[in-house]
Amino acid sequence: MSDVAPDSPHHPIRKDRRVSSPAALRRSPLALLVVLFLGLCFTGTAYAALQPAVPPGTSSSTVSPEDIEAGKQLFLGNCATCHGTNGQGVDPIGPSLVGVGAASVDFQVSTGRMPLPAPQVQADRNASQVQFSEEQITQLAGYIDSLGPGPDVPAEEWLDLENADIAAGGASYRTNCAMCHNSSGTGGALTRGKYAPTLMGVEAQHIYEAMVTGPQSMPVFNDQNLPPQEKENIIAFLKNIEEGGNSYGGAGIGSYGPAGDALFVWTIGIGSLIALAVWIGRKAA
Amino acid sequence: MSTTSHVPQGAHHLRGDDSGGEATTTVTVPPYSSDQGDKDAKFPKVIGPVDERTGLAAAMRFGLGKVFPDHWSFLLGEIAMYSMVICLITGTFLTLWFVPSMGHVTYDGSYVPLKGVGMSEAYASTLDISFEVKGGLLMRQLHHWAALFFVVGIALHAARVFFTGAFRKPREINWVIGVVLSLLAAIEGFAGYSLPDDLLSGTGIRAMNGFMMSAPIIGTWLTFFVFGGEFPGEMIIPRLYIAHVLLIPAILVGLFVAHLILIVLPKHTHYPGPGRTDDNVVGFPVMPVYAAKAGGFFFVVFGITALVSALVQINPVWVFGPYDPTQVTAGSQPDFYMWFSDGALRLLPGWLEFSLFGTVWSMNIFLGSLLLLPLVWLILGIYPFLEAWITGDRRDHHVLQRPRNAPVRTAIGMAAISMYLVLALACINDILAIKLGLSINDLTVLFRISFFVLPVIVYFVVKRLCLSLQRHDREKVLHGSETGRVVRTPEGRFFEVHEPLDAYERWPLVYYDTPRPIGETVGPASDQHGVRRPLAAAAGLRRALSSFYYKDSISAVTPAELAAAHQHGEHEALDGPEVAAAIEQHGAPVSEAPGDDYYRDGIKAGRHS
Repeated sequence: MSDVAPDSPHHPIRKDRRVSSPAALRRSPLALLVVLFLGLCFTGTAYAALQPAVPPGTSSSTVSPEDIEAGKQLFLGNCATCHGTNGQGVDPIGPSLVGVGAASVDFQVSTGRMPLPAPQVQADRNASQVQFSEEQITQLAGYIDSLGPGPDVPAEEWLDLENADIAAGGASYRTNCAMCHNSSGTGGALTRGKYAPTLMGVEAQHIYEAMVTGPQSMPVFNDQNLPPQEKENIIAFLKNIEEGGNSYGGAGIGSYGPAGDALFVWTIGIGSLIALAVWIGRKAA
Repeated sequence: MSTTSHVPQGAHHLRGDDSGGEATTTVTVPPYSSDQGDKDAKFPKVIGPVDERTGLAAAMRFGLGKVFPDHWSFLLGEIAMYSMVICLITGTFLTLWFVPSMGHVTYDGSYVPLKGVGMSEAYASTLDISFEVKGGLLMRQLHHWAALFFVVGIALHAARVFFTGAFRKPREINWVIGVVLSLLAAIEGFAGYSLPDDLLSGTGIRAMNGFMMSAPIIGTWLTFFVFGGEFPGEMIIPRLYIAHVLLIPAILVGLFVAHLILIVLPKHTHYPGPGRTDDNVVGFPVMPVYAAKAGGFFFVVFGITALVSALVQINPVWVFGPYDPTQVTAGSQPDFYMWFSDGALRLLPGWLEFSLFGTVWSMNIFLGSLLLLPLVWLILGIYPFLEAWITGDRRDHHVLQRPRNAPVRTAIGMAAISMYLVLALACINDILAIKLGLSINDLTVLFRISFFVLPVIVYFVVKRLCLSLQRHDREKVLHGSETGRVVRTPEGRFFEVHEPLDAYERWPLVYYDTPRPIGETVGPASDQHGVRRPLAAAAGLRRALSSFYYKDSISAVTPAELAAAHQHGEHEALDGPEVAAAIEQHGAPVSEAPGDDYYRDGIKAGRHS
């Protein structure tokens, strides 16, 4: 081929410059603006779509008294049946909410667990059942936090996963979480129909809130036994799995360990070998 | 000693009509030399000089001329054999990189989620095989999938041998060798998946540690002996390694060779079929047909295993993390062949543990592990001898039984499988609970009840099914198969045209023995004066078991019955001109439906079957 330098006017590609080929358009000064515009639009939309319901750092002290009052009205209209008119709880159908904190409200309401649609063994995460707007959830969280201080919605610095150590998070995860949620974060069974849900597809803020509030059967991991940095590490570890950081070696059959392998080998695996054995057995000499 | 006599099977003159058999090699000469193909086959010239120095030609002529019958179920054992070969090849590859040491290292490989994490050299080298060694992950997955296929192949092969009665004389020793092989396969598999020292395998070793500790009195000493001190210590991985790569494979391969020799020395069994008797083998000689088929099947097994290993993840040790005794992961199960023991532990109630003379007796663990594990293989091993003792059958058997023709054995086998399955499923009760949305407690109760109730139900259902199928076979032999053509005679009677079986179809349906209970053949337990004849306790037990096995048995159609049935049909056909006319019209020979002659003959002849 030609040994002419690419930036020489005699280079074969340079000759096409005046023709508006895609390559030429890409070099136009306007292209940068278009890319910037698209990028901003995309980021903005994605942020709006993925933004947690309650802004990080929310507690009763960050919510205005008017919002707390609005939160009280929401509470009386939607939650008081089970949790009591003052959030003191109704035995045995609903626990007291005094001291559960803004984090607990945000976790339960913005994952669709509360208000509970029907009495059941445990509340399921259900994005399609979120009943309140972001503003309303903030108001509710502010009101409940005002009943008695509890864990706040975590600050942004523990959710951005900057400076997080995935490997250290994995070690903490295996020590504190894997016995219920499975080493790959896909969940596991508990007693009497309860279960530890999958952690895949759960927002960082909600994972953090679950750790500080201990919803349902889950124990509380407060900042003394699991400092915020370790929580962030754990979240980073889970996000790494979610992004396929451990998917090597082919299809994972549900990440259920030897149970999935057994199901595969006894069905598709040996089934195909037997089918071929029948074929060979029938094949005439 | 009394022996069970057998219902005479004098159908040979009827079967003699079709001894031509299929267009395959059929040699009918006395046993033990009757399975040789063409004696005059020519071997390549290069054999000569080699034979002069080794004398191997005779053995080769014997081996290569062997006739093997064709049936897909005979290939189940080959699946196991070829999987074992794949394991040996891939295992050798893995030993080149695996470091069987519990020495502590800090991981510094390319897998980011474990970078800087402390772990054993065994686990670090397994990660290196998976992420650094070229083709290492594929080899690991091939090794593990082939190991699973190995055990599945053994299980299905054993089931085939059991349900077709292939374990009967002269193959009892080979059955015992096979049982030992299956035990070794399970131990080898356990040792293998324990080696990477990941969180899952470490949990498995911890379970084994608990099993051993449950041994009454000596438990603690036993575990300290095996682990070289307190769990986990630093000895168990190197010890399991030498067991996994040297000790067990050596015994496994040695016994496997013995297993093969004992297959080749007597002739191969074959399914009942036209021309097939206890004195011949109908099939193809090893050279060239069977060698090509079996050799081709090796590539089929290797190909499927490689395809599965390339596409489906198995034992992702990097997901589990390094073993740490303070950690455990939900969904910890062993590989499936150890499930039944783990499942038994999950079902056994905790109150079985008690303290006596200052020692803890953990029967809740002991019963499901140290007792159950040997017991399962012991029962498997002694079954052929038990059945031979009950039957009193000392003859050689080379024609297999169809499972329906041994109803009690088939029912016992299925009941045992159902029992095994209940235990195995109990081991994945957590995964079943979460996948089916059930309570793990309810499942445990269900499995506890099923363990005792299900085998009984399965036993009766399977036995009834077998007896029904046998009756159906009799019906078919005596009256032919239904054609679905209903003929109306001029006088308005209806009958369905039955097509009699030809001799080829009839053969497998009548070629079986029906042993009778000992009580029927040696006379009742008391003489004519009502005085009980003295019987040893063992003889009484044997008599009872024999009655349990054979009191309901349905015998094969005898030639006399068959002749009677045919004559009966012809007689009627001649008797009733209108029927004969109908037959002529429809151009098919007729053996009438039983219901029809019931109506016609009424009291005159009654039912003839």
